[in-house]
Amino acid sequence: MSETVASNLAAPRSGLPGLVDDWSVDKQTYHVPWGKAMMWIFLVSDTFIFSCFLVGYMTVRMTTAEPWPLPTDVFALSLFGSDPIPLILIAIMTFILITSSGTMALAVNYGYRRDKRMTAILMMVTAALGASFVGMQAFEWTKLISEGVRPWENPWGAPQFGSVFFMVTGFHGLHVTGGVIYLSIVAWKVSKGHYDKKGYEIVEITGLYWHFVDLVWVFIFAFFYLW
Amino acid sequence: MSAEAGQQHPLGIYLKIWILLFVLSTLSYLVDYIGFQGYLRWTLILVFMFLKAGFIIAIFMHVMWERMALVLTILGPPVALLFLIGFMAIEGDYTFGARVDYFGANPNAEPLPVTHVGGHEEAH
Repeated sequence: MSETVASNLAAPRSGLPGLVDDWSVDKQTYHVPWGKAMMWIFLVSDTFIFSCFLVGYMTVRMTTAEPWPLPTDVFALSLFGSDPIPLILIAIMTFILITSSGTMALAVNYGYRRDKRMTAILMMVTAALGASFVGMQAFEWTKLISEGVRPWENPWGAPQFGSVFFMVTGFHGLHVTGGVIYLSIVAWKVSKGHYDKKGYEIVEITGLYWHFVDLVWVFIFAFFYLW
Repeated sequence: MSAEAGQQHPLGIYLKIWILLFVLSTLSYLVDYIGFQGYLRWTLILVFMFLKAGFIIAIFMHVMWERMALVLTILGPPVALLFLIGFMAIEGDYTFGARVDYFGANPNAEPLPVTHVGGHEEAH
C-alpha cells in the first residue's frame, strides 16, 4: 500500500511540527488512504447538514409561543401492560446503536488482523442491529402518526414538534438505512476475500460512517428527546 | 502500509470505551427517568452528551491517533457552527419576545397532557 503515501520522510514528526510539515511541502497532505480522507470530508459536510437541522429545531423551539409537547410523555410506552415508562423505546434504540458501534469497532480491529470471518460476522451483526433500530423507528413513527402527530399539527402543543420530529429522525433513519446497506455490501465483499490484496482500510472507512451515525444520534437523543 | 495508516489498537480499549458508553447512556436516560428539571437537567444532559460524543470521536473514530493535519480538518470547520448557534439563539430570543410583547402570546402556556389510550389502543 506504499503508493498511497507520498511522503519521503521516514518518520514524520507528530503534533504541531507535523502539521507544519504536512502542509508546507509540495506533497500529499493527509497520510491516510484517499478513501478515508474522502469519507472524513463527507462526514464533515454531513455534520453541517445535521447541525442545520438541530439549529433550526433550536430556533423554532425558542421562538414558538405555543408550549412544546413534553417528549418524556409523548415517547412513553407501556411494556407488557405496565404503566407507561418514559422514553423507554428511545432508550432501547440508544443502547442498540451503542452496541452496534461496539461491534463495528471490533470489526475494524479484526479487519486489520486479516481475520475475514470474524470481520464479516461482526459487520453483519452491526448491520442487523442497525436494521432493528430502523424497525423500532418505523414503530415509533406509526405510533405517533396514529396518535395524530403530523408535520403541521399535533394534539399537545406547538405544531413544529411534528415537523422537527419527522425531519430529524427521518433523516437520521435514512442514514442508518444507508449504513445497513453499505455494511452488508462491504461485509459480503470481505467474506469473499475481495480486500485480501487491497488491504482492510475499507472496514475502517465503513466504520467511520457507522460511528458517525451513532454520534448524530447522541445529539438527537440529548437535544430532541431529553431536553 | 505502515502502522501509521492502519489504525490498529488493542481490543481492550474498545471494550472499555464500549462499557463507558453504556454507562453514560444509562446516566443520560436516568436524567429523564428521575425527572431532574431546570439548569441541573440541562447541565447533566450536555455533560453526558459531550462525554459520549468525545469518546466516540476520539476512540471509535480514531481521531485521537490521527495526525494533526487531519484532526484540524475534521474538528476545525465545525467551530463555525458555534457562531450559528449563538446568532440563532439571540435571534430566537428576540422573536419570542416580540410574539409575547406584540402578539399577546402567553409565555407560560403548558402543553396539553399526553394520553396514549386513544390511537394506540385502537390500533390493536
